[in-house]
Amino acid sequence: MNKPLSFYRPYFLSKTMSFLRRRNSTDSSKTRIADPNIEKDGADDGDKKKDQYKIPQRRNSGSKKWSCWDNCCWFIGFICSIWWFCLFLYNTMPDSIPQFVTMAITGPLPDPPGVKLRKEGLTANHPVVLVPGVVTGGLELWEGRHCAEGLLGKRLWGGSFGEFYKRPLCWLEHISLDNDTGFDPPGIRVRPVTGLVAADYFATGYFVWAVVIANLAHIGYEEKSLYMAAYDWRLSFQNTEIRDQSLTRIKSNIELLVATHGGKKVVVLPHSMGVQYFLHFMKWVETPAPRGGGGGPDWSAKHIKAIMNIGAPFLGSPKSIALHFSIEVRDIAALRAQAPGLLDKDVLGLQTFKHLMRMFRTWDATFSMIPKGGETIWGGLDWSPETETVNNSAKKGTDNSTRNTGGNGNICDTKGVNYGRLISFNKDWAETHSSKIERVDFKHVAKGDKLTNSSNCDIWLEYHEMGNRAIKAVADHKVYTAGSILDLLHYVAPKLMARGASHFSYGIADDLDDPKYDQYKYWSNPLETKLPNAPDMEIYSLYGVGLPTERGYIYKVAPPSDCSIPFQIDTSVDGDSEDSCLRGGVFSGDGDETVPIISAGFMCAKGWRGKTRFNPSGIRTYNREYKHAPPANLLEGRGTQSGSHVDLLGNFALIEDVLRVAAGATGEDIGGDRVYSDIFKWSERINIKL
Amino acid sequence: MSSLRRRKPINESSDSKHKAEEEDEDHDDVDADGDDDVNGKNKKTPSKIKKKRGEKPPKQPKWSCMDTCCWFIGCICITWWLLLFLYNAMPASFPQYVTEAITGPLPDPPGVKLKKEGLEAKHPVVFVPGIVTGGLELWEGRECAEGLFRKRLWGGTFGEVYKRPLCWVEHMSLDNETGLDPCGIRVRPVSGLVAADYFAPGYFVWAVLIANLARIGYEDKTMYMAAYDWRLSFQNTEVRDQTLSRIKSNIELLVATNGGRKVVVIPHSMGVLYFLHFMKWVEAPAPMGGGGGPDWCSKHIKAVVNIGGPFLGVPKAIAGLFSAEAKDIAVARALAPGFLDNDIFQFQTLQHVMRMSRTWDSTMSMIPRGGNTIWGGLDWSPEEGNSCAKKREKKNETQIADQAGSENAVCKAKSANYGRIISFGKDVAEAPSSDIERIDFRGAIKGHSAANTTCRDVWTEYHDMGFAGIKAVAEYKTYTADSLVDLLHFVAPKMMARGTAHFSYGVADNLDDPKYKHYKYWSNPLETRLPNAPDMEIYSLYGVGLPTERAYVYKLSPHAECSIPFKIDTSADDEDTCLRDGVYSVDGDETVPVLSAGFMCAKGWRGKTRFNPSGIRTYIREYNHLPPANLLEGRGTLSGAHVDIMGNFALIEDVIRIAAGASGEELGGDQVYSKIFNWSENINLQLDEEIPVHSSS
Repeated sequence: MNKPLSFYRPYFLSKTMSFLRRRNSTDSSKTRIADPNIEKDGADDGDKKKDQYKIPQRRNSGSKKWSCWDNCCWFIGFICSIWWFCLFLYNTMPDSIPQFVTMAITGPLPDPPGVKLRKEGLTANHPVVLVPGVVTGGLELWEGRHCAEGLLGKRLWGGSFGEFYKRPLCWLEHISLDNDTGFDPPGIRVRPVTGLVAADYFATGYFVWAVVIANLAHIGYEEKSLYMAAYDWRLSFQNTEIRDQSLTRIKSNIELLVATHGGKKVVVLPHSMGVQYFLHFMKWVETPAPRGGGGGPDWSAKHIKAIMNIGAPFLGSPKSIALHFSIEVRDIAALRAQAPGLLDKDVLGLQTFKHLMRMFRTWDATFSMIPKGGETIWGGLDWSPETETVNNSAKKGTDNSTRNTGGNGNICDTKGVNYGRLISFNKDWAETHSSKIERVDFKHVAKGDKLTNSSNCDIWLEYHEMGNRAIKAVADHKVYTAGSILDLLHYVAPKLMARGASHFSYGIADDLDDPKYDQYKYWSNPLETKLPNAPDMEIYSLYGVGLPTERGYIYKVAPPSDCSIPFQIDTSVDGDSEDSCLRGGVFSGDGDETVPIISAGFMCAKGWRGKTRFNPSGIRTYNREYKHAPPANLLEGRGTQSGSHVDLLGNFALIEDVLRVAAGATGEDIGGDRVYSDIFKWSERINIKL
Repeated sequence: MSSLRRRKPINESSDSKHKAEEEDEDHDDVDADGDDDVNGKNKKTPSKIKKKRGEKPPKQPKWSCMDTCCWFIGCICITWWLLLFLYNAMPASFPQYVTEAITGPLPDPPGVKLKKEGLEAKHPVVFVPGIVTGGLELWEGRECAEGLFRKRLWGGTFGEVYKRPLCWVEHMSLDNETGLDPCGIRVRPVSGLVAADYFAPGYFVWAVLIANLARIGYEDKTMYMAAYDWRLSFQNTEVRDQTLSRIKSNIELLVATNGGRKVVVIPHSMGVLYFLHFMKWVEAPAPMGGGGGPDWCSKHIKAVVNIGGPFLGVPKAIAGLFSAEAKDIAVARALAPGFLDNDIFQFQTLQHVMRMSRTWDSTMSMIPRGGNTIWGGLDWSPEEGNSCAKKREKKNETQIADQAGSENAVCKAKSANYGRIISFGKDVAEAPSSDIERIDFRGAIKGHSAANTTCRDVWTEYHDMGFAGIKAVAEYKTYTADSLVDLLHFVAPKMMARGTAHFSYGVADNLDDPKYKHYKYWSNPLETRLPNAPDMEIYSLYGVGLPTERAYVYKLSPHAECSIPFKIDTSADDEDTCLRDGVYSVDGDETVPVLSAGFMCAKGWRGKTRFNPSGIRTYIREYNHLPPANLLEGRGTLSGAHVDIMGNFALIEDVIRIAAGASGEELGGDQVYSKIFNWSENINLQLDEEIPVHSSS
C-alpha cells in the first residue's frame, strides 16, 4: 500500500501544477520511446493519456526514484527555502545588529563627525551649496528616440542606470551629444536631475555626497539650507547656461539661501570638476548682463563666505589626456594587458571602446580637465616641479633625480622619471635626456590615406581620417609635454579640439587686464582670471594625498587593425626597481588617484597665496591635505580615512572641517594649512609671475 | 526581491553541483545500507535531517512531505524565474500590443496628440500638490527611526514604516501646542518633481500630467513642483521652511529664465487653498508677507488652473476631524464590526490615526467655509433635491429607464436636508426643523472622564469631555455648517484653538476691514479679494458624476474604554434621499462636492464682484466621470475622481493648451455637466461692493 500511494503523491501534485508537470512528463515520454510497450501506449488516443502517464512511472518505480528533473526541483526548492528563511531573519533583524557586529570586530567606532560636533554644540549656521563634479551627477531623459520608449523621466546616468543595460546602443545614442554643436542631438533631451538626489549616491550604495549631507543634517541642516547645484556635466560650462540656464539658477538659489537665512553667506563645496564650474560661475555672475549674470562686482563678496574645493583639479588632470587620446586610463590599460583579446578585438562585434570614445569625445566638459598652464606648471622635457633635478646635463639628469620625499608620502621611487613628459612613445624616450631625442615635427604631415577601407567602421572617430603617415608622424615626435600635448590633440582630433578651444583655454595670462580675458572661455582657468574682489571670502583646497596618481604615460602604436584606436598605453613597460613610479606604462605621482597634488594644491599654495595678480583682493587661502589610509577591513566599506578622489567625501576629518566652516569657523580656527606632501616646495619650483 | 533571488543561484552554483552529487550518493546509500548515511548528517541543516528521518524506513524511502515541499517550491521558483526572464526579455511595447488587441487601438495620449497639432512648451508651469499626496522625508528622528535618514516617511513605498508603525505615528505627528515638529524630530517635504509625481509605486498623482507636458517640450527647468509640508498650517510652512519665499523666488526665476513668460499655476486639492494663501502673502508687505508689491501676481501669473479645488472646504473633513472616519472607513467598520472597533492586538488604530491627523493643522483648512450661507441651513440647501435622482437615472439607465421619471418625483417630494451636515439619528436628519428640540451644548460642563482613562497613551481630547459633554453634543441633534464650527470647538478645544489662529471659515461683511489683513483669512476666498491682475485667468477643473459625501448621520458609539464616542451610523439607509450607510451624497468628485469646487468660479468671482475687484476671468471646466472600461486601463483616462482626474485625458489636454498659450475662450469657455449654476443661484451672497467708494485702484 505504501508504495503506490507514495507514488501517487507527485502525480496529484502534477494535477495542481499541470503546467510544469506536463513538461516533466514529456521528458519521461522521450525516454519511453525506447520501450516498445510504451510506444504502443503512446499510440493510443488522448483519452488514455492519464493511463499512459501512470504506466511508465509505475514501471520505472522499482529502479529509479528521483529523476534528474525532480532532483533539480528539490534542490532549488531547498535552496530557496533556506534563502527565504535567511531573508526573513535578515528583515526581522533589528537595525542595530550590523553595527554591533562591526563593533565587535573592530572595536567601538568613532562617532561620525556630525554627532561629535553636535555634542560640542555646533549648529547649522551658513547655508551650504554643493557643486557636484563630472560623472557623479544624475541625468534623466525628457525626450528620446523610439528605442528609449517608456524611459521618460528615468535616469540615464546615475542611480541604477535604469533599464539601460538592456539596450546599450540606445543608451549611447542618448547620452552622446551632437558632435558639431555640443548640445543634445535633435529629438533627444537629456537633462540633469535636480535636488539633493542628483548626486547623493552615484549608484545604489555608492555614496558621493550622502555622507556629507547626513553629517550636515546631524548639526541641524536640512533641505532648505542645502542646495545641490546640479548641472549637466557633459556640456561646456557656458552651454549649461545657454541650454538650461543653470548658472542663473545657481545665482537665484544662492540669493534665496542668503535671503532665507537672515543674510548669512553661503559656504560652497565644489567637488572635482565642480571646482572649475564654480570658478566659471564666479566670473559669470559678476560679468554684466548679456554675457554674464549681471550680479555686480561685489556679488561674491556679498553672498559667499567660503569656497571649500574638494579634490580640485584646478590645473587639470593628466588622466584626461589619456582619456582623450586613447580612452584608457591605468585600470583599463591593465585590464587590457590581462585579457588582451577581450578589449582589443571586437568581441561580439560590440566595439565597446570605440563607442565609448565616441561618446566621451562629444562631452565638451571633459576638455576642462586637460592640464592647464603648459610647461610652466607641469614641467618640460627635463624638469618637473615634483622632482629635484640638480642639474640639467644629459647623463646626470637621469641619475641624480632623487626620491620624492614628502612626509611619509613616498608613493614610489621617482628615479628616472620625467614627469614633464606626459606622453612618451617608448620607455627609452621617457627616460633619455632631451638633447638625445630627435623629434620629428608632426604638425605638417598631411593626413589622408585612409587607414582602412573604413566602410565597415560605422563608428565615427577622427582617427579614421588620419591615415598611416600621420600616425607614424605622431609616434615619431616621441615625447610630449603639457605644452605640445595640446598640439597633439589638435592634430589627432581637430574637430573635437575646435569645439573644446572655443570653450576652454589652457594657457597662462601675461596680462590679465587684456580685454580678451573677458571672454567666457577663460573663466574656468585660474591662471587666466582674477578672483573676485571679496577680501572676506576664504578659499580652501581640500584634497587627498598618499595614493599613486597618473602623471605621465608611455604609449605605443597599436598593431594596425580595422577601426581600432591606433595608440595604446604600453602596459608592458615597468620601472627598473620594485617600487618605481613607472608601472604598466603609467608614471605615477602623489595625489588622490585622479588629481595630482600639483593641480589640486598649487593655486592655494602659491598662485593665490597672499595678494597676487590672480588674487588682487588677497582672499585668504588654505591647503588641507588628508592622508589616505585604506579601510581597516571590509566592514568599513570605503573607509572613513580615505584620500581617494570620490571616497574623500566620506573622510571624517574632511567632513569635520567642512562642518566647522559651515558652522561659522574661519580657516585660522580650524588650524590653517595642514600639509603632508611637499606641495609648498614644489610650488616654489614653479616659476610663475605673481 | 527578484534580483536577490536571482543572485542566489550564482552564489550557490559552485557548491550546487557538489550538493547535488551528495544528494545522489545519499540515495544510493539509503538503498544499499540504511546506517551508512549517518556520517553524512552531522553537518547538515535540521530540515535535511528531518528529510532523512522520513527516509528511515528502508522499505520505500521515496517522497517525504519535506521533499515534496522542496520539490514544489523548486518548481514554482523555476517557473517564476522563467517568467521573469521572459518578462525582462519582452520588448517594452508588448503590453501595449496586448492592451490594444483587447481594447482596440488606444487614443494617443494628449501630449502626443497636441504635439502633432504643433503645440509647444510656452509658459512655465508650477504644480502645487494637495494634502497627503506630497512626500515627506526624515531629517532627524528619535532612536526608533534609526537608519531612516532622508528616507520617505510619507509617499513612495512608505519606507520601512510597516515594520514600526508606532514609531511612524510618533514622527508623523506634530506638536499639539505649536503645530510644528516635536523636539528632536525633523520631517521635511521632499522637493523637486519627484515630491508628488507618484504617491506610492504605480499610483500616479502628477506623473501623467508631467509626462504629457514633456511631450510638447517641457522639462525640469520649465516645471516647478511647489512642494510644501502639507501637515502644517499655511503660514507655518513659511515660518519653518520659508516655503512661500521659495515659491516666490522660483516663480520669479521661471519667469526670468523663460524670457518673461508668465507662469501657469496648477494647484490640486488643498494646493488650491495654499495658492490662494500664497497670492495674498506675496503681495502683503514684508514682515508678514512676501513684499512682492501689489502687482506681483499680474506680472508673474498667466493663469491659475485649479484642479478639484475645495475652495469652500469639504464635509469629509468634518467626519475626519470628528470621528476619524470617512465613508470608506465607516463601511469597513460595518462589514467587519469587530475588526476596527475592538483593539485587536492593542493597536487602537483609529485613535492613533485620529490623534495624528488632529495634530495636522492643515486639515482644518478643509472645514466647510461660508457657514449656512453656502452650505444651507436646517431646512434648505443649495443642492435641494436633484442630484440624487440624477445619479440614479444614470446608474439604471439601461434597466429601468421608465422608472426614472417616477423616482424623480419621489425624490423631489422627499429631499434630503443637506444643510444638516451632522444629524444624530436618521429621524432627526429628515424631520422638519420645527419638530426638532435642540438643547444647546455650548454651555454644557465637561468633566468627569468618560473612562478611567487608563488609555492615556492615546491622547484625544474626547477623554477630557466626560459623559455630560458627550450627551450634550448628541442632544443638540443636528448641526449646520455654522454650528459645526462651534461643535468642533466644543469637542476639541485645543485643536480648534490652533486652527482658528490660522484659518477662518466665515463670510466677510466688509472686505476693507483692516482685520482681513491677517494671514488667517488669506486662504478663505470669501474673506479675501483676488489680486489686482485683470489679465490673469482662474479656472476650476473638477470631476462630476460621483457620489460625494455631503452630510452624515451619527450615533453615539457603544460605550467602550478609549474609543471615540461618536460614529457614523452605517445602518441608516434611505434610497430616496441618497442616504447610504449614514452618509448623504451629492454630485462631485468623491471628495469635493460640486458646490465647493465650482461656486467661486461660477458666481463668487464671476465678473467684477467684491471678491474679484479687477474682474479676473473665471472658467469652469467639468469632467464627467466614466469608470475605466477594463482592468488594463488602470485608473482610467476618463476618470472624474479627486486624484484620478489627474490622469483624465480631457483635463490634461485643457491644461496643456493653457500652458501652450491658449486662453479660456479658446478652450471653449465653461464646460458644465452639473447644475452648478442653478445651485449657485440658490446661494444668497452679497457680491457687490457695499461701500460705494471705488476700491479697484
